[in-house]
Amino acid sequence: MIREHEALVVGAGGAGLWAALELAKAGIDSAVLTKLYPTRSHTGAAQGGVCAALGNQEEDHWEWHMFDTIKGGDYLVDQDAAEVLAREAIETVIELEHMGLPFNRTPDGKIDQRKFGGHTRNYGEGPVMRACFAADRTGHMILQTLYQQCVKHGVKFYDEYHVVDLVTEGGELGDGGRCAGVVAYRIADGELVTIKSKAVLLATGGFGRMFRVTSNAWSLTGDGVSLAYRHGVPMQDMEFYQFHPTGIVGIGILLSEAARGEGAYLLDNDGFRFMERYAPKLMELAPRDMVSRAIVQEIRAGRGINGKDYVYLDVRHLGRKKIDEKLPDITDFVRVYQGIEPYTDPIPIQPTAHYAMGGIPTNLNSQVTRDKKSTVVPGLYAAGEAACVSVHGANRLGTNSLVDLLVFGRRAGMQMAKDVRGVDMPEVGETAADAVRADLEALRTRPKGERKEAIRKELADVMMDDAGVYRTAEGLERARAKVAELRDRYQNVSVDDKGTTFNTDLLEAREVGYLLDCAQTMVAACINRTESRGAHSREDFPERDDVNFLTHSLATKGADGSVELDYKPVTITKFQPKPRVY
Amino acid sequence: MQIELRILRFDPERDQKPHEESYKVEAAPMDRVLDLLHKVKYEQDGTLTFRRSCAHGVCGSDAMLINGRNRLACKIRVDQLKAKRITVAPLPGLPVTKDLVVDMDGFFEKFRSVQPYLQTNTPAPERERRQSPADRAVFDDTTKCILCAACTTSCPSFWAQPSYVGPAAIVNAHRFIFDTRDDAAEERLEILADRNGVWRCRTIFNCTDACPRGIHITQAILEVSSKIVEHHA
Repeated sequence: MIREHEALVVGAGGAGLWAALELAKAGIDSAVLTKLYPTRSHTGAAQGGVCAALGNQEEDHWEWHMFDTIKGGDYLVDQDAAEVLAREAIETVIELEHMGLPFNRTPDGKIDQRKFGGHTRNYGEGPVMRACFAADRTGHMILQTLYQQCVKHGVKFYDEYHVVDLVTEGGELGDGGRCAGVVAYRIADGELVTIKSKAVLLATGGFGRMFRVTSNAWSLTGDGVSLAYRHGVPMQDMEFYQFHPTGIVGIGILLSEAARGEGAYLLDNDGFRFMERYAPKLMELAPRDMVSRAIVQEIRAGRGINGKDYVYLDVRHLGRKKIDEKLPDITDFVRVYQGIEPYTDPIPIQPTAHYAMGGIPTNLNSQVTRDKKSTVVPGLYAAGEAACVSVHGANRLGTNSLVDLLVFGRRAGMQMAKDVRGVDMPEVGETAADAVRADLEALRTRPKGERKEAIRKELADVMMDDAGVYRTAEGLERARAKVAELRDRYQNVSVDDKGTTFNTDLLEAREVGYLLDCAQTMVAACINRTESRGAHSREDFPERDDVNFLTHSLATKGADGSVELDYKPVTITKFQPKPRVY
Repeated sequence: MQIELRILRFDPERDQKPHEESYKVEAAPMDRVLDLLHKVKYEQDGTLTFRRSCAHGVCGSDAMLINGRNRLACKIRVDQLKAKRITVAPLPGLPVTKDLVVDMDGFFEKFRSVQPYLQTNTPAPERERRQSPADRAVFDDTTKCILCAACTTSCPSFWAQPSYVGPAAIVNAHRFIFDTRDDAAEERLEILADRNGVWRCRTIFNCTDACPRGIHITQAILEVSSKIVEHHA
């Protein structure tokens, strides 16, 4: 089956929905494809807030936000992008309010704001109230509000269509080819639908499911990132993966930094606020990479609770009123998933795999780029966690993921609306789906082979243990060998479900393949970066090395399936790299 | 401990009608029903089909009928069910696509029918529209909805009359009707005054009991009904 739209958005989280809104408002024939229903997207799980220097609570300036973002990213941030982020955060948050987002309010009726990790006044003097929020369900409100607006503007959705391939024209995307559409698997009945298009946005989110303990939804399997890679687009800065300090022990469910923004403590086994040892000025509100490392250090030093692999997050002193008003959801999670009452008991937490700073390289207009000169791939765009602009550099600050998807999702939609007017609809025939149809049929009908879940679990274990908060050459080599082994075994993966109706068995197997691509490139980039910067902490190379590594990595798929690494310069405008202390 | 899961299965490619199948799984008290479903799917039978995504009660994918009540599989623990045998079936009242997956299109259509988006008659100001914390609090409860359909598919009025717009849609209308920034309350009240609107509610409270977000749904429906009466008076 072949269909066509001028522009296509893949993924219905915040970035995709905002892009779709821009396209709809511009009168472009467009559609959104999502493997879920739109309101199931993981933007909805974001909790604490979205930063914008509104200055509603105290003096603030977008320049301070820009600086914090750059320093937080350990100077690997492209500073022109950080400037766009910090400036446009303000107008996008105001626009969200105009769309109806029910922010918490100050007594005089303005958008309420609170503190968040790494966000400071006057270039690092101390915490500033910059995070605009709706209790601890800000992402839920963003997702609902954007979906509501899509309903209002009549955006067309393909719900439960799983994109399984990109269509190209004039060669692969890494060699000057153009993206000409997608092939999607209609989950309800297994029909492959080819949709040709002049502009395709990949807004498919991250790939946290490659780790054992993660805050990420089951659906976050790097689909868009992997598909772009398979067609020759490099993956940028894959070695930078964020572990959020406060996940529920064992299962990784996120407990927002907003807790610490509201004043919660982190305590070791002696009841000591151990962040004093690591970031005496910002304490619990230091950036996430530093807090996660601090927790691991405490645990290694035997100061985890009862010597175990977790510490406490303590909200008791905030009082019931504040907890109920500002942190209702996360305290509910603690009750449901840990059986603990946060009014009266401290909460056991440990770092949880949370966010990919790296991904599909893009320029300031969310156009995908394919080399160190940032040559644009015609017809292909990326935004949100799937993309790497790069505004997060080596470590993302809290709330900046939401800022990123709003600002660059919007820019993507505007750019696509502009670009589709000047080009012809690509010529795409039924054969465009042949390759992926053959792959899926082989997978579906293979009699008996490797179990996908065994592969995913083994991958999650090795990535957690050897490519997690701390890394060494030895561990990374182990991870490389294991991922290679799993990739081999994946060639023989089989599924139980041989049907065509809502075959989640088949699609999950497909997703494991995407995760393996992401893991392979991540490990390769980690091995090559023999320094420590932001979230990439090499125990064997503990110092930052600006002489050799103030540079973005680009991992490209080689002809033999191996990963080829190249590097491209970081854009530095206003802030020269300095030591990163808090 | 060992738990027996009795799951209502239906594969339109193989089955004439739904049938129950039994699986034995090892479970810890803090395991969620979703964990048990994963154990079945990954260790015993990969054909078992259900939706899930966030796995912590915020995306709304995995609402299903568990021991006779609509719940999110990711938000109900084994120890809370206090039973060695757990029955799982798809949400009632919606067409079953396969196993625990129901066709949600009609449900979302009803959501869309109540104009669930902010509508204003005045041009947007430079900065935010002001709203007092007290005005914001009036509709706080109904902003929490995750559109999981647990409420609507627990409602006997909906079972009896599938054209009833249902609790979830009313909750989402409430969220805008009581938002001081919105100017389209009257239009929504007209929609909900229809014979498939709020008057089909018999205040049975099933919806309130079923809501995994703790929304006081019956109360929200009553507030909308009162508003309609006020509006027509």
